[in-house]
Amino acid sequence: MMPGEHRNLIKGLVFISPWIVGFLAFNLYPLIASIWFSLCDYSVLSQPVFLGVQNYVDLWHDPVFWKALRNTVVFALVAIPLSSFLSIGLAVLLNQPIAGQGIYRTIFFLPSLVPAISLAILWQWMLNGPMGLVNNLVRPFLNIINAVCGSHLQAPDWLNDPNFALGGLILTGLWGTGQAVVIYLAGLQEIPLELYEAAELDGTSAWQRFLHVTLPMLSPVIFFNVLMSIIGALQTFAVPYILTGGGDGPGRSLLFLATYIYQNAFDYWNMGYASALALCLFVLIIALSLVSVRYGEKKVHYSGR
Amino acid sequence: MAKVLIENLYKIYPAEKGRPEKVAVDNANVEIQDREFMVLVGPSGCGKTTTLRMVAGLEEISRGAIYIDGKKINEIPPKDRDIAMVFQNYALYPHMSVYRNMAFGLELRGVPKDEIRRRVDSAARTLGLLEPDNLLERKPKALSGGQRQRVALGRAIVRNPKAFLFDEPLSNLDAKMRVETRTEISRLHRHLDSTMIYVTHDQTEAMTMADRIVVMRHGKIQQIAAPLDLYHQPANLFVAGFIGSPPMNFFNGTLTASRQGTLEFVEKVPAGQTPFRCPLSAETSRRLSSRQDREVILGLRPEHLHPNSLTSGSTLEASVEVVEPMGAETFVYLKTGGHTCICRTTQVEFMDLEGKKLNLGPDLSRAVFFDPQTEAAIPA
Repeated sequence: MMPGEHRNLIKGLVFISPWIVGFLAFNLYPLIASIWFSLCDYSVLSQPVFLGVQNYVDLWHDPVFWKALRNTVVFALVAIPLSSFLSIGLAVLLNQPIAGQGIYRTIFFLPSLVPAISLAILWQWMLNGPMGLVNNLVRPFLNIINAVCGSHLQAPDWLNDPNFALGGLILTGLWGTGQAVVIYLAGLQEIPLELYEAAELDGTSAWQRFLHVTLPMLSPVIFFNVLMSIIGALQTFAVPYILTGGGDGPGRSLLFLATYIYQNAFDYWNMGYASALALCLFVLIIALSLVSVRYGEKKVHYSGR
Repeated sequence: MAKVLIENLYKIYPAEKGRPEKVAVDNANVEIQDREFMVLVGPSGCGKTTTLRMVAGLEEISRGAIYIDGKKINEIPPKDRDIAMVFQNYALYPHMSVYRNMAFGLELRGVPKDEIRRRVDSAARTLGLLEPDNLLERKPKALSGGQRQRVALGRAIVRNPKAFLFDEPLSNLDAKMRVETRTEISRLHRHLDSTMIYVTHDQTEAMTMADRIVVMRHGKIQQIAAPLDLYHQPANLFVAGFIGSPPMNFFNGTLTASRQGTLEFVEKVPAGQTPFRCPLSAETSRRLSSRQDREVILGLRPEHLHPNSLTSGSTLEASVEVVEPMGAETFVYLKTGGHTCICRTTQVEFMDLEGKKLNLGPDLSRAVFFDPQTEAAIPA
């Protein structure tokens, strides 16, 4: 190494040292430590006691873990397609050249600026059974159905009914679609107009153009957004935790893997078990991401080269 | 096969957000004959692409009319005009194979499967998409630019349209590919024997491919003529300068009476410089007699300036600035008393002339004279 290069290296390291310290202290150390703790009985206040794979065996036989896993997967399976369809649809609409386009775009993006905590507190009220705004919208429809069919359907008490709590959370999640809409909008604007014109000359309808031009050209963006959503959905914690007032919902219907990790770590001081859970979640995320990249990317059409 | 008639065509973009109204196409009138290869050429923003897009139906017609085979198509949607278009960026469907890209338009029109197969195979063979490699099952991203453009050509051919429209189809290809594909399209025109309208900003493409050329500028048609007619009898200064490479030489000057009783062109030069003088023939003098003692612009193609000419009439002296040997010919960039000009010669002994003086013999029988006010050519 030349003397100049040596000096440059030191300068460079000094400049990125805050990040390196942060990475070592708050990323790498916890990661390695949690692997070690997952093999121990560790209650934070006492020394960790090595147990071998006992935590993982317990986990395998723990019905609450399976419940949390099931809730997480169901949430991801419903929320991701729903929010994807919604955000692509909104993006296509917001991409139409109409007067006030900028105003509409702003309106749809604004909700995503609300912090998660405020969002959850807001939706506690929106989803309130007797007084919530959501039910005010739902009730007229139920009244019509009841009148026509002679049934006795009631507006649900979203957050207190184990059958509806997950649904309530998914509705809450749709509030933040604006973020994805912005990314889809950017993707839509990248699609060359000539492709639509060629398709028009080929004799396609508007729907066929969406199917044969918009979707394939948008596929890299869809892939990115879905991958990010999968990772986000598996880590769901803050909103359901606050929606339920720091709990896991009626009949543990809003218990997710991240919630269960938190409960074990900070409610039960069972850091060893929490670490084992966290590693399971980590492996799950890595595995799903790899599967998506491996199989999803084949369906992605990158333009250009 | 069709005749395309463009009648009093206007494209006007209304004023918007502080932008003034823009007339992109200004009263265009073109009659494109059945099986004709018509090229629209001009600098960017001249309205050539807008005109083509109005024929395709991708742009609304502000005023005027377009007829295909006598039928007015102003209100007919693009897909029902029975035309096919080839775009600059190929515009292929990225998720479809080459075969499906070509077949898609036919599928949508309900053409039977075996008929589609037959037409696609035939087009693919014509375009060399089967040999040496069969490209039909490949996706566009696995093809080179030239191959993609051939697929785009194929997609147009299988439709068997009344007219083909090309919007700068060679602009995205490298120089070598451009020349190859240019020949390919010319060959295709002979083979398909159909009407083609081709837009380009490249005058070489226009000259080499067209039956006739429409030269446009600022939305207005400047001249419609066969390539060599444009070259030798440009209608105005713009056409003269735009068509031909290197461009025509222009000399400002005055026509004065010479001692022989004919006219003489005297170059206009800054004070202190010596102008060159060229006597005109008796016939040309008669033709330009009304212009005596008035300013004109003399236009002379680079190949009509003969170096070291001993031919009759006067010579003009110029100093050599740059010599560009092209192999078969040499371009010599020169400076006269008041102008710069280019001389194009096949004589190779002019290689080491930079900085020296050279005598040139202008062939005034091939010269074109322009009116400096109207910029129009003075009629023969």
